[in-house]
This record gives sequence, structure tokens and C-alpha cells, in this order.
Amino acid sequence: MTARVGVVLFPGTNCEHDVIAAVEALGGSASLVWHGETSLGDVDAVILPGGFAHGDYLRPGAIARFSPVMAAVSQLASAGAPVVGICNGFQVLTEAQLLPGALQKNAGLSFLCDTVAIEVASSASVLTAGLPVGTTLRVPINHFEGNYTCDAATLEELRAGGRIILRYADNPNGSVYDIAGIANAAGNVVGLMPHPERACDPLLGSDDGRLLLGALLASAGARVGS
Amino acid sequence: MTDSSPASPGADVSLHRALGLTDDEAAAITSLLGREPNHLELAMYAVMWSEHCSYKSSRVHLGRLPSEGDRVLVGPGENAGVVDAGGGLAVALRIESHNHPSAIEPYQGAATGVGGILRDIFTMGARPIAIMDPLRFGPLDDARSRWIASGVVAGISGYGNSVGVPTVGGELVFDTCYAGNPLVNVLCCGVLPADRLVLGAATGIGNLAVLLGSSTGRDGIGGVSVLASAGFTDDAAAEEAKRPNVQVGDPFEEKRLIEACLELLDAKLVVGIQDLGGAGLTCATSETASRGGVGMDVSVAAVPQREAGMEAWEVLTSESQERMLAIVTPAALDAVLSVCERWEVQAAVVGKVTGSGRLRILTSFAPGAEVLADVPAATLHEDAPKYHRPMARPAWLDDLASADPARLPAPDDCGSDLLSLLVDPAWVYRQYDHQLFLNTVVAPGGDAALLRLAAPGVRPPPPAAGAAAAIALSTDGNARWCALDPRAGTIAVVAESALNVACVGARPVALVNCLNFGNPEHPEVMWQLSEAIDGMAEACTALGIPVVGGNVSLYNESRGRDIDPTPVVGTLGLVDRLERRPPPPALIPGTRIALIGPPAPGGLDGSLAGSLWADKVRGHRGGVLPPVDLQLHARLLGLVASIASPAGEDPTSGPATGEPAAGSSVVGIHDVSEGGIGLALAEMAIAGRTGCRVSGPLTHVALFGEGPSRVLVCLPPPAAAGGEDPYAALADRVAAAGLAVVDLGTAGGDRIVVEGLVDIGVDQAVEAAHAVLGDALGLGGGAA
Repeated sequence: MTARVGVVLFPGTNCEHDVIAAVEALGGSASLVWHGETSLGDVDAVILPGGFAHGDYLRPGAIARFSPVMAAVSQLASAGAPVVGICNGFQVLTEAQLLPGALQKNAGLSFLCDTVAIEVASSASVLTAGLPVGTTLRVPINHFEGNYTCDAATLEELRAGGRIILRYADNPNGSVYDIAGIANAAGNVVGLMPHPERACDPLLGSDDGRLLLGALLASAGARVGS
Repeated sequence: MTDSSPASPGADVSLHRALGLTDDEAAAITSLLGREPNHLELAMYAVMWSEHCSYKSSRVHLGRLPSEGDRVLVGPGENAGVVDAGGGLAVALRIESHNHPSAIEPYQGAATGVGGILRDIFTMGARPIAIMDPLRFGPLDDARSRWIASGVVAGISGYGNSVGVPTVGGELVFDTCYAGNPLVNVLCCGVLPADRLVLGAATGIGNLAVLLGSSTGRDGIGGVSVLASAGFTDDAAAEEAKRPNVQVGDPFEEKRLIEACLELLDAKLVVGIQDLGGAGLTCATSETASRGGVGMDVSVAAVPQREAGMEAWEVLTSESQERMLAIVTPAALDAVLSVCERWEVQAAVVGKVTGSGRLRILTSFAPGAEVLADVPAATLHEDAPKYHRPMARPAWLDDLASADPARLPAPDDCGSDLLSLLVDPAWVYRQYDHQLFLNTVVAPGGDAALLRLAAPGVRPPPPAAGAAAAIALSTDGNARWCALDPRAGTIAVVAESALNVACVGARPVALVNCLNFGNPEHPEVMWQLSEAIDGMAEACTALGIPVVGGNVSLYNESRGRDIDPTPVVGTLGLVDRLERRPPPPALIPGTRIALIGPPAPGGLDGSLAGSLWADKVRGHRGGVLPPVDLQLHARLLGLVASIASPAGEDPTSGPATGEPAAGSSVVGIHDVSEGGIGLALAEMAIAGRTGCRVSGPLTHVALFGEGPSRVLVCLPPPAAAGGEDPYAALADRVAAAGLAVVDLGTAGGDRIVVEGLVDIGVDQAVEAAHAVLGDALGLGGGAA
């Protein structure tokens, strides 16, 4: 059965069309969910796409976490469905405390748009399920606040629990432990700074992102089938 | 800003002068109105008749540019040029300057330049899909120039990334002539269904003018007149005092405005729409009324204001950002307001279309409201003065022409000279989102950007519908060439821009220009402008590239020195089929390197006149530019677009592979521009992290010489091409086009070797290129 993915649209989000295009190209179906909605509708998974929700004013994600839709996102996460935050979506998930830690300004104090190498560090998430640890992927990054940080105890917890799912091969932004993406303990809530939807077509330079989004759709589809 | 306030004390004579109007212009206004204008009216004419809005010094020359072509849907004079891309799709294109604001307040100056050009594009009904930023600053060893450069880049990054439009290329030039007056040009390209095209005209008496977006504040008042239409002086305090003339940008407001406006246009809820840019509400109301042949009543009280106590003239001339004026029927108003509410965009009815032909400014719409201004709308827009300013060929040109840089002594070490010319612009474009919308096939750093022709909400047509599959964009300028000979220099600039577009497999179809010049009251500057326009007209006519829009930025001077003439062009190319990535501008190990160029004896050599090497290494700017053979160049463009084509050999051969084009055997391609063959080879070596062994150029003149119509290509060895010799095949095609090709050597290894002249490591070149901007502008590398 085709996995149905809700793509949350905050004012200022700008990667929603790209995510929808990538999901549909992989055989999923996708629909926009306005941030003011209190229900996600009939979806098997939800993606919080990149952009600048509410202009990133105050702090990335700080205002978006109060949007009405976030209660529904939280509920879906508790129910075990896949919830993925990409870039700004990752920042929203940390602000909403669905994931631990925070994203601070890049160590170089400037915006970074580039295609970088990342490695799968754990297969225990809806985004990396089935991908062997050590698999190297080339995926674009595009952020100013992508420097992941957390306290030592949290980092230890993440490492021990196999919750660090993606790491940079050559750390571009100063993230602790080269972290590019993490998951919650159950593996169904995932945040990552790289943009897999930008790496789904060889014409654009890489299609490694299909492996990640493909895994997500498979996870969502498996839940539907179960 | 008290000096320019109509409320300021003093006789009327000083008032119109303080507003930037001459005595003759003030007299003309009196004659048009049949009476003395009041303060508000004078302020409105002052902004509309400013150089920036009226093009009063350049209009008599701009008509010489060719602006017609089969694909041109909208030419110069509208908010943007629009080109038919086939299959029901069209491309909107526009270039602007934000030079003066960026000199005063680099971050906001550059940011609001991006915001302004985006509005010009979505005003036409197009979704903006790409921004290009040609940037020119003073030298990197000047602290203020570094401050301006890093502020401008941060402003473009901060606004462009947040508003959600990718910045896919541009230029980066450091030159002493821009030390007090940087050039911050910005190009935007949008895509639209051709049937959604809307023009900025008010029609339908009784229709309403709805102001969308930000509240109106006191920022940017007099931006077009006091700031953009005057040069910079030596008086630091006076320049500092201009800072409030610079507007402040809010990309989040603009993002919501874009989405709301495109939704309104999609639903066909507006009959006309116009952005508010220079000269604010005065410009938007008078231009829409004038284009529609109608009049308009405007209520000052109805305009949402950011602060209390604003005077009418402030409301009418404010350049507060992120505002649009939509003309809607009364029946559609509720639907318009509801779309705006959803996007959290403020909307207020501020005007009513009338049949009077007059623009009337009222205190309010209440009965008995006072009429503050009452002028024929068209006079603000169309009756601005046109000046035939005096022109004189600069006396210094003869001395420049006779200073032949070929007589400069040869360098001891061409390798170290070459290293000193390398600059990797990645420090800049890594700060720009250049990938959004999944269109960017060739990102910044290539000869031209190559984008899929698609956009959210604009359905890509079926492949057979005759639509172009992709667009190419390149921006180009070269003040060193144009300073020696503005006509020949501009021809060379247009030729190079077209060649850049061809290098990613596209054929050039339209061009926009940003004419950055000095003070038009200097006869030498007007001569340079006129010559540059003639050169552009000659090149565009010969190459069949219509000019669909432009911008003129004058008064680029500081401390009494005019900038060197800097016409910048933005060229749009179309690609019919996009099945593979075009060959990169990189050396590929094991390939043969060949140079394609003019067949005339010595045609493959360049000249050091106006060259990068002569200037940067020897501080020499002089000589006579080599001429461009435009007929030959047109044939080269066709050949290059064909050998670099991203179309697969056989359109039925299955899915895209992402491999370089197999339609021709060329696996790497790069045009030879400033820095000559030497710099082109080094750039390709850096891009491919591959060295070379070359034996063509025998002297530093041949190595660093610059000349038109030359391209480097990499060809696989016969064994890799199934036994057929790709070089022989290419030579046949080159000969058939009346061009010449020479075998320079091979690519491979880790050293860049030009026998007898250069022997440097690829790593050395990478580091030298990378260090320039990071050391001068960055935090020392960035990564942890």
C-alpha cells in the first residue's frame, strides 16, 4: 500500500514542494498540512521540511513549536508513526522537545550550502532501516544553525542507544561527535540537517537521498500493512 | 532627512533643489500643472523624475538597443522582460542595481536589492526560481571594502535563503575603481504559464487599489533621488547621514507576500499588480494609472502606517519594503482579503480607479476630505525630462591605447604569477542556497548556471510540447576592457556572456543589462555610456540576442572619481533536451586538451591589453583590445552549444544517467576569458583536481593573453571512444564551422605544466585559490 506522508507547511517553510516531489517520485503520496490545522488527516508519516518557519525570528523553530499542528505531530510520534524533521524541521523537533539537544550557529559563523559526505552510523531508525552502518552517502546541507550540541549525558545516551544515525565524514559545522542526524529511543522520530530530498536525481549530482527517503516510505508502508 | 522635507523652512527655490529637482524641471512642473505645485506634489515629481526612476540621462540612448525577437513576449519598460520558452511556458528576467544603498549599509542594501528584484518578477505572474549576483568591490587590502564585501554577501545570503529563492551564480570582482562605490547588481529569473502573464496596469473605473504587505514607515524616503541619483563625497558625516535613506528588509514578510500574490494571480483575482520599489506609492499608483489610461484617488489615511505622525509626503514617497499594489474589482475584494488573511499578509484598500486621468491624493475617503495633491497621472510617469547630455571622448584614451602591455618585461616565473591570479569564489556561493526547487543542474562555479525549467505551481509541460527543458544564465562584465574602449569592451562582454551560456549546452535567446556608470554630468561618462550602448546593440544584433530589459545606474563616483564604465549583462539561454549533465569545466585524467578558436593567424593567441595579468601583476592598464569577429563568434556559439549539449545521443535510450554528455565526445569544457589560457587551464585543473602537460603557449603573452571566441575542451583518447579518434571528429566539425583547433597536450597527474613556462602543483593551486577569500573575509576556514 502506498505510504501517505503529511508535509507540514509553516509560513516561511520553503522546501515543502521539493519534499513532496521526492516522496512522489519514490511512489509515496504526499499532502500539505497547514500549520494552523489541529489534525494531520489520514497520514502514515509526517515530514517537517526545511525553510525558515516564521522567518526563524527569535530562534529557529522557537515559534513554530507553538503552532496548532504540533500537538498532532506529537501525538503521531507517540503512536509510533514515522516523524522526520529535515533541517528547519529538525530544529523545530528539538524546540518541541521531541528530540534532545539543540542546533546552534555553525562554527564558521556563516551559512553553508554544499554537498557533503555523511555515513550511516545506526540502522535503528525509520530513515536508516536496512542501510548498513558505514554506508557513505552524498547529500546536500543548507543551514546556518546546523551545529548540533547536547550535554555529555545526553550524548552518551544517544551513543549507547544507537540513536546517532548519521555522521559527517568531514564535519562542516562544528557539530558534536560529527552528528548529522539523530533519532528518539523508539527510532520513529528522526531529525537530520542534510536534505535527502535534494539528492534524489542524478541530474542534480546525487541520488543517495533516495535510500533514506525510500527507507522512510518502507517504514511507513510496513506500519500500514501491519 | 529634514533637508528634503517639504515642510522644511525656506523659500520654494531651495525646496525643489533640496528635493533634487533643477530649476528648469521645477518650471516644467509648473507649466504642466498650469500653477505652482504644492509641497507634496513637488516631492512626488522629485522622486518620479529622479535619474533612478526616469532614466532621464540615458533614455535617448537606450532606444538604440535591439529589443525585438520571435520569443519576446514583453520587452523593456515593464517590470521585467518575458521570453517565450515554448509549450505554454514563459521566462521572466530582470536585472537591477543596489549600488548606493550597499555602499552605505551593505547588509540591508544588498538584502533589499534581492527583495526588490523578486517583486519585479512575481509582479509579472512568475514564480521566482533563480537569483544571480554580480558583485564588484574595492580591493581586499582595503578594510572598508572588506566590510562592504562581507556585509553584502551576508545580506544576500540572509535575505535570499530565507525568502526561499536559490542564488545560482554571479560574479565577484575586486578592483580599486570600486573602492568608494561598490557595484551590487542582482538578476532574477522567474517562470510562469504564459497565460498567467499580468501587466502593471490599472483598468476598470471603480476598481480598487489594494496595498498588500508591510506597513509604510519612514525608511527609504528619498532613496531614489537623494541616494541613488547622486555620487558620494568626501564628507563622512554627510554619507553617514544618508543611512536612514536605506530601506530595511524582512524576508519572511516577502515570502508570505510571494505566496499570497501568486495565489491571487492563479485564482485570477486581480486585474493588475505592481510592486512598490523606488519612489514607493507615488510610483506604483501613477504608473498603474498611466499604463491603464485612467486616474486614481488615493487616501493617505487608508495606508497602514508603521508610526504615528507621518506626513502625507512621507507616506507617498516612503520606500518601505515588501509592499505590492493590486488592482481588484469590488466583487473580488472579499476573496482577495481572505487569501491575504491566510498568509498573514496585511491588505488595505488605499485607492480607487477613476476616469479622470488624474492622480489625486486625499486625506481620506470620507466626504469632504481634503485634496492634498492633484496632478495628471501620466505626467509623473511619461513627461519626465529627457536629457541630451553633452558627450566627449575622454582625452586620456589615446595615452591608454599607446601604452602597449606587450612591451612589459616577461615574468621570471609564470607559475607564481598564475597562482596570484587564482580566486575560488566558493567562500561566497557556499553562503547561498543554490539548490532549492531541485532545478540546479549546474551550480555556481561553472561557466553558467543550468536549471531545469520548472517551478512549484508551474506544471512542467510534456516533453513533446515544444517547451525548453532547461535554462542557462550567466552574468558578465569587464571594466578593464570597457575602460580602454567602452564600445569594443562591451562587444567582448556580450560575446563572453553568450559563450558562457553555450558552454553548458544552451543557445542564448535574450539579454538584460545593468549599465553601471559614473556621473552623467561628466561628458566623458556620457560618451562611455553611449559607446557601450552602441557596442551592446552591435553585438546583440549580430548574435541575434534581443535586449528585453535593463537598468541604468549612474552617479557611481566617489571622491570625485567616476568608476570605470561597467556594463553588466545577464544572458538567458535555452536548452531543448536535458538528459544528462553537460561536461564540467574540469580536466579529466587521461584526456586530450584542445583549444578551439578563430582560424586567423595568431587568432588563438590573445592580447595583454586590458588583461587581468597586466593589471593585477604589473599594475598596467592599457593597450588596444583585440576585435571580436561577431560572425565567427556566432558560429562558435552554435558549435559549442552542440558539443556541450546535455541531450543524450538518442532520446529513446532510457533514463538519465547523470554521466557527462555522450551526444558528443567532449568530457570537459571551459571558455577562455580573463587570465587567458593559463588561468582557464588552472581553473579546470582545480575543478577536476587533475594536472596537465601542455605545450601550446610559448610566451607569457600567449599564456595570459585575453581574446574572444576561445574555448578549451577535454576529449577522451581513441581507445576510450571505441577506436574512433574524438580529436579528428572534433577537428572536422570545427573546420566545417570555419574555426580552428589545436592540440595542447594531455590532462593527468598532480602538476599543472605548461612547458617552459609553468610547473606548479594542483594542490598549490587549490590552496592559493581557496585562501584568498577565506583569509580576507572569513574566520579562517569555518569548519571545526
